[in-house]
This record gives sequence, C-alpha cells and structure tokens, in this order.
Amino acid sequence: MLKKIVILLFVTCFACFSTVFAAESGGMPQLNPEFWISQIFWLIITFGILFIVLTKVILPKISDNLETRKSQILENIETADKQKEESQKKIDEYEKIILDSKLKAKSYFNEAREKILDDINKKKAELEKDLDEEIIELERELTDLKNKSGEKINKIAAETSAELIKELIGEEVNSSSIAAIVEDQSKINRERKDV
Amino acid sequence: MASNPMYQFNVYRIGPEIKLGSVDISFTNASLFMVISSLAILIIFNLGAKKKTLIPDKLQLLSELSYSFVAKMISDTAGSKAKPYFSFIFSLFMFVLFCNMFGMIPYAFTVTSHIIVTFVLAAFIFIGVTIIGFMKHGLGYLKLFVPSGVPMVLLPLIVVIEIISYLSRPISLSVRLFANMMAGHTMMKVFGGFVISLGIVGGWLPLSFSVALTGLEILVAFLQAYVFAILTCIYLNDALNLHH
Repeated sequence: MLKKIVILLFVTCFACFSTVFAAESGGMPQLNPEFWISQIFWLIITFGILFIVLTKVILPKISDNLETRKSQILENIETADKQKEESQKKIDEYEKIILDSKLKAKSYFNEAREKILDDINKKKAELEKDLDEEIIELERELTDLKNKSGEKINKIAAETSAELIKELIGEEVNSSSIAAIVEDQSKINRERKDV
Repeated sequence: MASNPMYQFNVYRIGPEIKLGSVDISFTNASLFMVISSLAILIIFNLGAKKKTLIPDKLQLLSELSYSFVAKMISDTAGSKAKPYFSFIFSLFMFVLFCNMFGMIPYAFTVTSHIIVTFVLAAFIFIGVTIIGFMKHGLGYLKLFVPSGVPMVLLPLIVVIEIISYLSRPISLSVRLFANMMAGHTMMKVFGGFVISLGIVGGWLPLSFSVALTGLEILVAFLQAYVFAILTCIYLNDALNLHH
C-alpha cells in the first residue's frame, strides 16, 4: 500500500515537473530543476527512515510511557481514596469506642458508689441496733442494781452490827431484831435525805 | 556570501556526484539539512522515550507533550478514525517543524523553502487521502463533490468548483508552506543587507527590524508546520468521515 503510493508519487512528480519546468532557470533557485530529483530522492529517504523509526520504535515507547503513567496515577488515586475511607472508618470506630468506654466508666462508678452507700447504710443500721440493745440492757441492769442495793446494804448493815455487838458484849443478839432496827434506821435516813 | 537575497536558496552538491542511471541524485546541502532534521528528531525523541520514570525529565516531558499535542490535534479535527494515521501525521509535523526551525539558524539551508520538497509532501498527502477515501467509500467518495441542500440549477457549477478546489489542494498546501518560508527568509536577508549598506549610522533601524522579524519567523516556522499538519488532518477527515 505505502510502497504503491510512493512509487506512484515518484512517477507523477517526475513526469510533471521535469518536463514542464525544464527550460526555466535563473531567478528563483527553487525553479531550477537541476537538483529536483536529488531533493525528492533524499526527501523520500530521510522522511521514510524518520517515519519508519518513529512508527516502529519511538512512538510506541512514548505512548506506553503515557499509558503506564496514566494507569499508575489512577491506581494511586484509587488506593488513596480507599485508604482515606478506611481511616475515616477507623476514626469513627475509635470515637465510638471512646464514647462507649466513657459511658461504661460512668456506670461502673455509679454502681460502685451505690454499692458502697448501701453497705455503709446497712452497717450503720446494724451498729445502731446493737447499740440500742446494749443500752437497753445496761439500763435494765442499772435499775436492777438500784432496786437491790438498798436491801443488800440493810443486810450487810445487820450482819456487821450483829458481829459488832457480839465482839462488844460477847452475847448473841437475835438477828431479826437487829434487821428490824437497821430497817428503821435506814428508813429514817432516807426520810432525812428526802427532806 | 552574495548579497542577492535569493542566493540563500541555492542548492549545491556536497561531495561526489552520484548518478542513478542518467538521474543525478547527488548529496546536496538540502539533503544535508533533511538528514540533520531527521536525525535531530530521532535523537531527541529517542532520548525522551528511553527513560520510563513516573515524573518525566525535560526531554521526556518534551516528547510526551508533543505526542499528546499531535494526538489531540488529530482527534479534534479528524476524530477517532484517524488514529492509524497518527504516526504519519506526527512524523510530518515534526519533519516540517524541524526543517523550518533549522532554517532559522544563520547560514543554514531551509529545506521547506523549496517548492519541490513541499509539493512532494503535499502530493503524497493528496494521493494518499484520495486513495483512502476511495477505499473507505468506493465510488461514494465522489459525493464529496456534491454538497447536499444545493438547488439543482446551481449544482453543475458547484460540482465544478468543488472538483477544482479538491484538485488544487496539493498546490495550495505546498505553496502556502514554501511561500511563507521563502518570503520570510528573503525579507530577513533584505533587511540584513540594509544593515550593512546603511552602516553604523542608519543601520540600527533595519537591525531592529531584523530582530523583530526573527521572532516573527520563528512563530511562522511553528505556525506553518502546524497548519500543514492540521490541513492534512482536515483532508483526512474528509476522506474518513464523508459528511457533505
């Protein structure tokens, strides 16, 4: 195809120009046909070589370069987008985790506080109950002691006075009469105190 | 160097005379600059394509930007069907661009300032596009010359005009590039000659003109390469997507 065109071209140019302008010379050097064939010949050779080398060797390389660059850039943009998305997801996750843990910490804290308060209240109540019981018992003991102390003192006084009399006189006195006397005396004393 | 502004376009033999039968195919200064341009393109783009780093260095960036620039130009004008012709249009654009740019170096020869070179390129494109068009659409490709929605009375006239415009494509394409390059270089040469002839007193004005023209010519060198490539794309578009 290409060869045919070149041959056709060569023939037509040769036929036209070498005959039409053969006589012309002088003036414009362009119209001097002396080196026309030489110029056509060298044009075909140089341009042919240029065309073939560019087509077969150089242009495919350049287009390859451009293609690879384009695809690489697209790839890079894609991965960047993906990574961006992923990082956004991670950030969301992270924020969620932080929020969750905050809530959890709050609830733990509240729980612990309630538990401790409950404990304290319970122990307090127990302690109060114990104390009340002890106080009641002590009070009872105290009143008992109070009630009994008079009789005991009278008894002790009667015994001591009986001993005393025995030592002094060497005679035994009827203990019941002594007790009666002590009773009377203590009554008198009490009345005196009351007055 | 002669003061004739057209002298710079002279082609002369470098080295021995080479003959193929009775045809002279000697290596000339034009051939030399074709070789230099092609080699420069191959070296620059090979270096740019060699390394495969994710972050490109300067040469790699240059080659990749050129690649995407041409690819975008083709897909904008000729659509996705023109992809198989990418490497041809890329080579064409780079070849014309480098020939134009090497022509901007003082004392260098501008390959594209010769009608024969641009015409061969344009004719090759024209013939190739026509063959592609007939291969894709068969005889239906002739519908290109019959625009739809034209009154029957005007149709013969329109068809003739369309055929003429189609046939003049290679001429307009080649003459546009050739004339631009030749005119620019001639003008620079003329102003350069004025600098010498007016001397230290009056030479400053043409010198400043020369400086400005150099910038303009670099722009034109790029622009004409671009126009050449984009017109090729448009012709290709006509052949691939027949929508007249």
